[in-house]
Amino acid sequence: MLDSSEGYVTEDGRKIGGVVMEMKNITLRFGGVVAIKDISFDIREGEIRAIIGPNGAGKSSMLNVISGFYVPQEGEVWFHGAKRPPMRPYEVAQQGIARTFQNIALFEGMSVLDNVMTGRLSFMKTNIFQQALWKGKAEAEEGENREAVEKIIDFLEIQHIRKTPVSRLPYGLKKRVELARALAAEPKLLLLDEPMAGMNVEEKEDMSRFILDVNDEFGTTIALIEHDMGVVMDLSDRVVVMDYGRKIGDGTPDEVRNNQEVIDAYLGVSHD
Amino acid sequence: MFYREAGDFKTSYRDDSQTFPIKFDRYRYYVVLAVAFGIIPFIINDYWANALLLPFLIYAIAAIGLNILVGYCGQVSLGTGGFMAVGAYACYKLMTAFPDVSMFIHVLLAGGITAFVGVLFGLPSLRIKGFYLAVATLAAQFFLVWLFNRVPWFYNYSASGQINAPERDVFGIIVTGPNASAWATYLFCLIFLTVSAIIARNLTRGTTGRTWMAIRDMDIAAEIIGVNPLKAKLTAFAVSSFFVGIAGALFFAVYLGAVEVGEVFGIQKSFLVLFMVIIGGLGSIFGSFAGAAFLVLLPVVLKLIGVDLLGWPTDIVAHLNLVIVGALIIMFLILEPHGLAQLWRVAKEKLRLWPFPH
Ligand SMILES: Nc1ncnc2c1ncn2[C@@H]1O[C@H](COP(=O)(O)OP(=O)(O)OP(=O)(O)O)[C@@H](O)[C@H]1O
Ligand SMILES: [Mg+2]
Repeated sequence: MLDSSEGYVTEDGRKIGGVVMEMKNITLRFGGVVAIKDISFDIREGEIRAIIGPNGAGKSSMLNVISGFYVPQEGEVWFHGAKRPPMRPYEVAQQGIARTFQNIALFEGMSVLDNVMTGRLSFMKTNIFQQALWKGKAEAEEGENREAVEKIIDFLEIQHIRKTPVSRLPYGLKKRVELARALAAEPKLLLLDEPMAGMNVEEKEDMSRFILDVNDEFGTTIALIEHDMGVVMDLSDRVVVMDYGRKIGDGTPDEVRNNQEVIDAYLGVSHD
Repeated sequence: MFYREAGDFKTSYRDDSQTFPIKFDRYRYYVVLAVAFGIIPFIINDYWANALLLPFLIYAIAAIGLNILVGYCGQVSLGTGGFMAVGAYACYKLMTAFPDVSMFIHVLLAGGITAFVGVLFGLPSLRIKGFYLAVATLAAQFFLVWLFNRVPWFYNYSASGQINAPERDVFGIIVTGPNASAWATYLFCLIFLTVSAIIARNLTRGTTGRTWMAIRDMDIAAEIIGVNPLKAKLTAFAVSSFFVGIAGALFFAVYLGAVEVGEVFGIQKSFLVLFMVIIGGLGSIFGSFAGAAFLVLLPVVLKLIGVDLLGWPTDIVAHLNLVIVGALIIMFLILEPHGLAQLWRVAKEKLRLWPFPH
């Protein structure tokens, strides 16, 4: 079923669409280090796609390639059926790709609300003169976007910390605010780099629920990196497995779990 | 508990993003405006205007400008003096070239020209950060002063090399030159300060301000979530220089009347405005006012107490001023980077809960 270009239906009955993003033969080097070696995979509309692999496998580098932050030496990125020309990260964001970071990258000097509002940049159309005037267009725009942001704040249950400076929040909440900022962009593709790292069981359950809800309610396509295998198996529709920059597995959680090369990589079988 | 927000409910998001969300603050703001516009012009005299009010109003505009760049956008600048000089010389050239045009237009255009120059000198910020950017703006400072000293066209080939403000008016009211009255110069500067503060406030509470702060707090992440760093940094340089240029134009044309560029707009000026921003509070419009007021008042108060009251020698008091400013800078940088504005906020917080400690 996976090979059908029209998509497939998941076990729990969700309809997965056509290919949204396709990575073709990506190779990324840092000097002598090959972070990604000739990897191809695709992400389909509405699916939750996991990228897993041991430390240093090149997972974050892959997200950075998708974000346009790293430019691969070889390979092509296809988005919505077209080859993506070289572009700056902010242009990639404007195309509808939002993300969170492995080491939280919030704006520490700003309130939770301002952080999340920053996620809505691509909806802000007023120019600097209208903003200087405030009354009229800018004020209306601020109000509309504030309403959208409040919905996300409600959705992620962070109403009580709206006005709190981010620097005062505990780790778990920061992760949630970062997700809120990404969601505020109403992305077509959401990239999550270890959204549950460093969380306790309860926080992980909350976060899993949010990820499923986002996918379910907004139909957002999600690509996520995660180390907790239990979480990955529960959440994802398809999994890419990376090791030492190579792709060693790609398929449903069950297929991947039974793949001998994947088992070896995780058990630490030597590499020669 | 007379200072409170309880019972002052917001029913819309618009109310929530007001400049003064608490009613009490809003009233105090109207009172200050009423006094500034309605009472002071009637009781002002030359001493008050020249010793305190004009320098305060003008430095506050400069501090707001610099605060946008340093406090909001995180781009260090040591070129404020040089950019004030651009405003002053632009204003001078305009005043002498178009004597019939309103002084209002001249000052605005001087700000616009400075904004343009600021963007040019802001271009390196796209490549370099922090210490290196500070050195680049320092170079701009020295280059601009040198330029205005060396190219006679800028001072209309006057023998002294100075620029002197001719008499100009706004709607028939003289605001520059020796015949300008104290109330007119005061009101002229006050209008510029009020509008500058409102514009700065509007920009910093909305989209543009958030892109500036995002760049300040984490520039790489900001770009990845959609902030165009080029646009954010260059608008910060433009808006900042616009205000600094207006301040320079007013400082020359309305306050001093005559300027020797190295003396008035030298590196000391850059540091003075930077100190105002640090003492007042980085990233706060109110802090820009507080910092300007503090550094304008300090020498006057010291002279009043030290020289007039206690009879100390003038130079000792002048040194004391420097020592106090230096100590305060170190203290604020280490203990309270958000300056007087933060102290004020904390005090209000306490007052709101008073008399109950929690
Ligand atoms: N900017 C960089 N410069 C040099 N080397 C880099 C850079 N970014 C990543 N690397 C290298 O690329 C390889 C892959 O790193 P990456 O961060 O993508 O791994 P990862 O799979 O995300 O690991 P982890 O699970 O620890 O987050 C590592 O060897 C890393 O040292
Ligand atoms: Mg990683």
